[in-house]
Amino acid sequence: MPSVSPSQGNSLYQVHGATERPAVAPPRHATAELRISNDALLKWLRDMMLIREFEVRCMQAYQEKKIGGFCHVYIGQEAVAVGCTSALEAHDPMVTAYRDHGHALARGMSARACMAEMFGKIGGCAKGKGGSMHMFDRANNLFGGHGIVGAQTPLGAGLAFATKYEDEVINGGRSKRVTLCFLGDGALNQGAFHEAMNLSGLFDLPVIFICENNGYSMGTSIHRGTTMGHDLSAKAAAYGIDSMIIDGMDFLEVHAGMSKAVTDARTRSRPWFIDMRCYRFKGHSMSDPRKYRTREEEETYEAGDPIGKLDKLLRSRGALNDDDQKEMQKGIREQVREAIVWADAQPVPSMAELYHDVFVEPMGPYTGTCFPTMLKEQGMRAPWREEPCP
Amino acid sequence: MNHVTVESADPARMAAPEGGREIELRDALREAMSEEMRRDARVFLLGEEVAQYHGAYKVSRGMVDEFGERRIIDTPISESGFAGMAIGAAMLGLRPIVEFMSWSFSLVAADPILNNAPKMLYMSGGQFGCPIVFRGNDGAGGQLGSTHSWSVEGLYSNVPGVKIVIPSSPYDAKGLLKTAIRDDDPVFFLESERMLSVKGPVPEEEYLIPFGQAIVRRAGRDCTLASWGRPVNFCLEAAEQLAKEGIDCEVIDLRTIRPLDIDSVVRSVRRTNCCVVVDQSWSFGSPGSELAAQVHAACFDDLDNFVHRVHSADVPTPYASHLEQEYLPNVRRICEAVRHATYRA
Repeated sequence: MPSVSPSQGNSLYQVHGATERPAVAPPRHATAELRISNDALLKWLRDMMLIREFEVRCMQAYQEKKIGGFCHVYIGQEAVAVGCTSALEAHDPMVTAYRDHGHALARGMSARACMAEMFGKIGGCAKGKGGSMHMFDRANNLFGGHGIVGAQTPLGAGLAFATKYEDEVINGGRSKRVTLCFLGDGALNQGAFHEAMNLSGLFDLPVIFICENNGYSMGTSIHRGTTMGHDLSAKAAAYGIDSMIIDGMDFLEVHAGMSKAVTDARTRSRPWFIDMRCYRFKGHSMSDPRKYRTREEEETYEAGDPIGKLDKLLRSRGALNDDDQKEMQKGIREQVREAIVWADAQPVPSMAELYHDVFVEPMGPYTGTCFPTMLKEQGMRAPWREEPCP
Repeated sequence: MNHVTVESADPARMAAPEGGREIELRDALREAMSEEMRRDARVFLLGEEVAQYHGAYKVSRGMVDEFGERRIIDTPISESGFAGMAIGAAMLGLRPIVEFMSWSFSLVAADPILNNAPKMLYMSGGQFGCPIVFRGNDGAGGQLGSTHSWSVEGLYSNVPGVKIVIPSSPYDAKGLLKTAIRDDDPVFFLESERMLSVKGPVPEEEYLIPFGQAIVRRAGRDCTLASWGRPVNFCLEAAEQLAKEGIDCEVIDLRTIRPLDIDSVVRSVRRTNCCVVVDQSWSFGSPGSELAAQVHAACFDDLDNFVHRVHSADVPTPYASHLEQEYLPNVRRICEAVRHATYRA
């Protein structure tokens, strides 16, 4: 049986597949010098708990057929999105794949807009035209939510290219921003990922590719689909890119490791590759019976729940007790319940929305474009011609 | 049905002026890019061999000397990667020009250029646009063999969310490319490698040609020849030949196929009562078949015959020169189609 605690010297994924070699163990990044206030930790714990509660309610809503299509929940990986975001500045771009609700919430999207998007309602972040896999939030520099495995990795390189170009070529200063580009371990085998890594190394792009290595690309364990699955640093080394293994089931580890990588990428304008070891507690999507892994394996990882781990740490610091925890949980439950009520009450997009947002320029049946309510409420205006919303 | 109609301005308005200087089509393209790069620091060019090699087809010759390697960017042979990278940059607010050495090579970048660029605005609910130009050589005729001879408009015009521009002269190439670079939507700009050395009048003064406005290249009474890109020139040649036989053709150059100026074609067909569409992509599910369908719908009572179509032959592009010339929608095949359409065969 593996342990999820890297400090015990055990490694993740020992139980998978027949031909794997023991995975290289994540080193510890959270050193004794790491000083984080209890208030900050409590806020991040709450962020993780919000994602958990939100995803549990998503699963219910999916069963109730309020959510259609595909739905990939983030339960188990909350420390990754929250920990990575905790290392960022507000102006840093972020882009991710289709398991994206957690990233959207961690980046600051309201539970209302996120839920309404999945309900296919006009109040959704993308007016109900994107769905579960396409969470976009311009105000919070979240550039999607992308559905094709690996397709977001060249986009991530491009976001970093653009911030660097703006900072250095247009403004004549030095590169200031860092892009986080998330991918699953399934994307490791896509050509787009390798091209993005090569271009990022070649052009000194300040982008951090975070491989949320949950051990499975859908139902295929990493050792059945990926060479060097036990040591992904080899992939980064091939492109001259620095890499780091992080225990993604431990918020402090994610925060500490990512803070190092972000600072370095910002200072040197260089890419990073992170092998973020984590585990999704639920299936790939809502229709996944999880026959490719054992209940025993799932229980092992569930015992190392990242929310429980941070909760325990805060209790050990005397910053959290049963009453606080219950109060926090109650508030979150109410927040998500309210988001669902709000999303339910939102109207569906009008039929006129069908021909809106196809082109910026109105022409023929196309009626131009406008920002969603989520952005309008914040007083944001598009840098291109906006038309009245239908 | 999704018929794009655009109000046409006076079709004669944006014709190339007579006299004045003449330059090659490749130089017209370069002038368009250079002028727009001087005007807007957010515009940059990237692609294979665009900088130090000065362009595989010399379109970007000298540009790196003026703009430097930060704005004229050599990429590795990595179309999926650099096309996707440019789309990411466009989402953040830059205005990339991506050169595909050949549009045939864009097939390995199908996911970014078809699944990302045209859909970003829609699937983000209007949050992120994609102001980007993809440009490069398109079409057969250079004995390049099957894989390098694509007319990608056949595939790509099927996708909503992109504008597709196919110029037929140096004058149009410059005016349309400048419009493309300033456009806030993604534009596929398809150049004919066979025409890069063709010279034509291009004035020194700045001008832009709007999208979705066809131009009548030759007025005529008997049959409307509708085309775009290099085959427009075949149509003009065929029209001269047919005139000697007493068939007076009107040649309309659509200039852009998305948006498609169906109104100009319809106006013409209502006078000629006859239409032949000439399209260098394959016939099955092509822009030519779409235009023919739209003409049938709009001119059902005006047509004396069904709309005839001349396409590239429905086979992989052959290498042997005489086979390749027969494969293309050439003058002979256009003349035959017009004779059939006008019952003069």
